[in-house]
Amino acid sequence: MTELAANDPLPKPRRDLAPILLPIALALAMIPLVGSPSTWLTLTAASLAMGMMIFIMASGLTLVFGLMDVLNFGHGAFIAVGAYVATLVLAPFAASMQADSLWINLAVLAPAALLSMAVSGALGLVVERVLILPVYGQHLKQILMTTGGLIVAEQTLYALWGPQIIPMPLPTSLRGSFILGDVAIAKYRVLAMLIGLAVFIAIQLVLNRSKRGLLIRAGVENREMVEALGYRIRRLFLGVFMTGSALAGLGGVMWALYREQVHASMSDDLTVLIFIVVIIGGLGSIGGCFIGAILVAMVANYGGFLLPKLALVSNILLMVAILMWRPRGLYAVTSR
Amino acid sequence: MMLLSGDPPRSRVLTLVLVVIILALAATPFLFPGAKALNVAAKICVFAALVASYDLLLGYTGSVSFAHTMFYGIGSYAIAIALYGMGPNWAAVATGIVVGLPLAALLALAIGLFSLRVAAIFFAMITLAVASAFQVLASQLSWLTGGEDGRSFQLPELLRPGTVLISKNLFGFEINGRILTFYLVFAVSALMILALLRVVNSPFGRVLQAIRENRFRAEALGFRTVFHLTYANCLAALVAASAGILNALWLRYAGPDTSLSFSIMLDILLMVVIGGMGTIYGAIIGATIFILAQNYLQSLMGVASKAASEAGLPLLPGLLHPDRWLLWLGLLFIASVYFFPTGVVGRLRNAGRDKSANVSH
Repeated sequence: MTELAANDPLPKPRRDLAPILLPIALALAMIPLVGSPSTWLTLTAASLAMGMMIFIMASGLTLVFGLMDVLNFGHGAFIAVGAYVATLVLAPFAASMQADSLWINLAVLAPAALLSMAVSGALGLVVERVLILPVYGQHLKQILMTTGGLIVAEQTLYALWGPQIIPMPLPTSLRGSFILGDVAIAKYRVLAMLIGLAVFIAIQLVLNRSKRGLLIRAGVENREMVEALGYRIRRLFLGVFMTGSALAGLGGVMWALYREQVHASMSDDLTVLIFIVVIIGGLGSIGGCFIGAILVAMVANYGGFLLPKLALVSNILLMVAILMWRPRGLYAVTSR
Repeated sequence: MMLLSGDPPRSRVLTLVLVVIILALAATPFLFPGAKALNVAAKICVFAALVASYDLLLGYTGSVSFAHTMFYGIGSYAIAIALYGMGPNWAAVATGIVVGLPLAALLALAIGLFSLRVAAIFFAMITLAVASAFQVLASQLSWLTGGEDGRSFQLPELLRPGTVLISKNLFGFEINGRILTFYLVFAVSALMILALLRVVNSPFGRVLQAIRENRFRAEALGFRTVFHLTYANCLAALVAASAGILNALWLRYAGPDTSLSFSIMLDILLMVVIGGMGTIYGAIIGATIFILAQNYLQSLMGVASKAASEAGLPLLPGLLHPDRWLLWLGLLFIASVYFFPTGVVGRLRNAGRDKSANVSH
């Protein structure tokens, strides 16, 4: 190790670009395999949109784990709750959703999404206080408690809304696609991409440009050190948990609109997907989570187009491959 | 004592409860008439063995696996596909066993080597992912597994309900193939539970408990923890697959809902925790409570729900609807993790200990 003089700038951490290049390389490698460039563009747009939605849902989970070592198996419940709450707003205003004006549609969608986020965030507060606080630091019990929470949440949703699938049609102005030459990109996917990017940038700004973010990053790396410096990391953690839950709720609304239906079992399928993303990305890493989400979505879309049979296990294969390459995920930020 | 591997229930009440349960199960064909009672008893036997094997993982090594139903499903499907494809004969039963058990063990080995090596915390998530992929695979490969419909099949002649072994006028009871199948399920489940008791009370079982308490220290003492964990994983998978075989034989059917679904995994978790983790006996208690509740509590809830809706109460009819019984079990689950993490068995053992402590002072 070289000696540093007092005035020397601190050595910059080496930028690790390989994971960023991975999805780009994967996308480029698919051009010859898919064949037609227009299909390829459509598929790529689809995977980016899907990836963004998964990222929104997974981002909270990875931070929660990174910061407090809390493994929340009930994260999927926030997704389902978010989607169901949105129907509370969208159903009475179905007429405005059918209106052929982007602004009227958004005027209904935005409050619906905000309400979903508020409710799932509040639920996050309750879950953290009631289920997770008593079992801090005990992995086994955390998994059991949060799994129990997932069962209760799912069953309560069934009890309140009934077991049937609730349709959730896209608003009129978001139906259809933008046609550029012979490339068709669904309008809703563009919106999903924009929201996803906005969330990613917002998280990055908070984490890298604010004092809270600095504390969160420090806490992910070494919790005890931050506590020793006198910061109440539990309060910080509660904030992260609530934000993560709210984002999961937002992701739930977006996913429900994408699939145009709401059902409590959506949380089961998505939980698996989100876990894979979080593992691939490296627990606690937002950047890794972002890349992981895009990779999972790409594998699902390209795989579904090229080898539909393989698409069933493609996520597992992707996870195995990444963990062979980097056993602790793309970016290993925690020391655990 | 030899039979229980020197690990008796260690509580008078618990012993009594266990003896009652086992005697009731053994005498079900004669005590409780009707197909439903026999079905419930067979299901309790199968699940007691399945839950005991899960307890080997959760209670004794402290690793949470969500892939246990996968092994259960492998056993079910192996026997179902063999009997469906080769016809109802004993060769097919043997083929199902010879293919199913090693397949389950190999898969458990692969998962164990892969995920237990990387990081312990990944294990729960990776098993969840693998199990869900397997479930999708089983429902998609419909030429092999029958897809969502599953596979129904016929049993060999000897085990069919129509086969009368001892006619009614001899003892007043008819012993037919169905009852023989029940005793097959009962005996094999009991054997597996006794074998698991043997495993957890062996030196190997002690190492597993050491790993559960402090993996790092166990490693420092010179035990190859990955080897022990993987071995335990394979053993649990073998027992789970055998339980799956028994279940398929009893139901004469294997399908995604009865053998693979995530809700069965949750049921197993509930049974282990309610019965008591790390005790093996807890599996018997947990399975009995849960399956009795599943089969008889639901009708009770239906009555309550109807009463509530007739009284015009809001919300309650929905919450008490028979399909919502998992809601109440989920609440019970959380409460039991929180308030009595040692489950029914731990509670009973502690109660006995307190009393004896009082007497001696």
